[in-house]
Amino acid sequence: MAKRIDVSDLNVYYGGFKAVEGVSMTVEPRSVTAFIGPSGCGKSTFLRTLNRMHEVIPGGRVEGKVMLDDQDLYAASMDPVTVRRTVGMVFQRPNPFPTMSIYDNVAAGLRLNGVKNKKTLDGIVEQSLKGANLWTEVKDRLSKPGAGLSGGQQQRLCIARAIAVQPQVLLMDEPCSALDPISTLAIEDLINELKNDFTIVIVTHNMQQAARVSDRTAFFNLKATGEPGRLVEVDDTTRIFNNPTEQATEDYISGRFG
Amino acid sequence: MSTATDRRLPDDRVPDDQVASGDTSGDTSTPPGGRSGRDALSEMGNPHRARAVKDVVARVVMWAAFFLAVVPLVWILGTVIGKGFHMLTTSTWWTGNQRNVNSDDFGGGARHAIEGTLQMVGITALIAVPIGILTAVYLVEYGRGHLARVISFTVDILSGVPSIVAALFIYAIWVTAFGFSRSGFAAALALVLLMIPVIVRSTEEMLKLVPNELREASYALGVPKWATVVKIVLRTAFSGIVTGVLLGIARVMGETAPLLILAPYTKNFQRDLFNGNFPTLPMMINQDRGDFALATAAERMWGAALTLILLVLLLNVIGRVIAHFGAVKK
Repeated sequence: MAKRIDVSDLNVYYGGFKAVEGVSMTVEPRSVTAFIGPSGCGKSTFLRTLNRMHEVIPGGRVEGKVMLDDQDLYAASMDPVTVRRTVGMVFQRPNPFPTMSIYDNVAAGLRLNGVKNKKTLDGIVEQSLKGANLWTEVKDRLSKPGAGLSGGQQQRLCIARAIAVQPQVLLMDEPCSALDPISTLAIEDLINELKNDFTIVIVTHNMQQAARVSDRTAFFNLKATGEPGRLVEVDDTTRIFNNPTEQATEDYISGRFG
Repeated sequence: MSTATDRRLPDDRVPDDQVASGDTSGDTSTPPGGRSGRDALSEMGNPHRARAVKDVVARVVMWAAFFLAVVPLVWILGTVIGKGFHMLTTSTWWTGNQRNVNSDDFGGGARHAIEGTLQMVGITALIAVPIGILTAVYLVEYGRGHLARVISFTVDILSGVPSIVAALFIYAIWVTAFGFSRSGFAAALALVLLMIPVIVRSTEEMLKLVPNELREASYALGVPKWATVVKIVLRTAFSGIVTGVLLGIARVMGETAPLLILAPYTKNFQRDLFNGNFPTLPMMINQDRGDFALATAAERMWGAALTLILLVLLLNVIGRVIAHFGAVKK
């Protein structure tokens, strides 16, 4: 259920603008990798290239290679829709489908891909909501609108929706930045459980969060304004936070800039 | 707005629903000048006074503008109801037609024209709605670059085409070039030209209101683009699209110029859209207007006018109901 991601020499462009330059890294399966760095350094952009979501934005393209185990995500024969079924994503702001009930939200990915069997859906919905630690809170109101939940619950609903399609990898783009501390804690606990089954990559602005939830941390930075973002270093989280190799990382971690 | 904020200030923990109701009551049920009148008093003699005066002036101007806008509407409705309601209560109005009813005869029915209008507008909507919605979907979801710009520009031009020009165009194509006879369907074709831009523009606006995050959420689940558009985007915008479609229908229902040119009136029932004259409410109004001096004809004219207004109103109500049940639930 979890796969390794190997990125080599990846450049990301939006039109003529080079947003990210020369990223090479490995994301280990069944672990949490955190991306940290100042705003605009390309960490979200890079995250989106891991399931080809950057292509949704006009002009978005990459050079380089991203391998998911032995599959080349950017091979000519690879359909971006297939990639996204394998590599799921949770966004910054909770975005449940407003027209759908809680149940329908979780079932959406399967239904929209043609799964109709009620029993299968029931099973997966329950399993996914349990997996997202939301089941006990919503099991009596599955037919109520998903938008009626609190922000933290909505975000867990979105996680349930993402894991319902049984991806190998789960990308999270600042999943807690719109949530209060209690809801954040709930999501962090959840991330800890989810890493038993999934490869998780999380972008966060909160360094404590990166330290709390991740096994490995990657620090991204800009050389200067207008320059493309790049990966400064990636290492075990304890090492990044205690004894980073690069001076820039230490400056950022210790709050000397950014 | 300021009143609602004031009320919220003393206690931040007011539950959401109370805050919401505070908002609405502050917006709608506060009598004009009520609260701000008090504010103005307390600010008497201090530098804020000028602002209070401006506030009052702006209020007066807005109410005057509102009043000016409503007067003609109420006037029209009052006149039409006053002069036409009587006809709607006669026994034959909803069942009969105008066959063998002369201008100086009283009454007769409007059913032929009601059915004709509904039938013609129905076929118009059947053609224009899919074209309009698909065009809007293309423009918002797919269209990039040259082609989209050209189409968008064309829709703009089309929405500026006078109805009589649309009618002449259809006449030139349908009657002169293809050799078909004038008919209800020919008029419907002209109405299609008038309806498409309305549908495109309103649907476009509704689709643009759907947050991009929902599209991204759907893509991230591995849902193909077409399914995202159909099941997420169109579904989310559904109630707005319905409203737009009804505005489009209401727009063409009372359109008269294409009927004058393409669908000559008949006093009989006529269900064949493709051959022969075709009865419609606007043409019935026009027919009786010709003998306006006769009280009997004038009465029929007002009756037909009120019937047309009621039809549009009914469509709006139906649309509201559909939109309500399809709306995004909170």
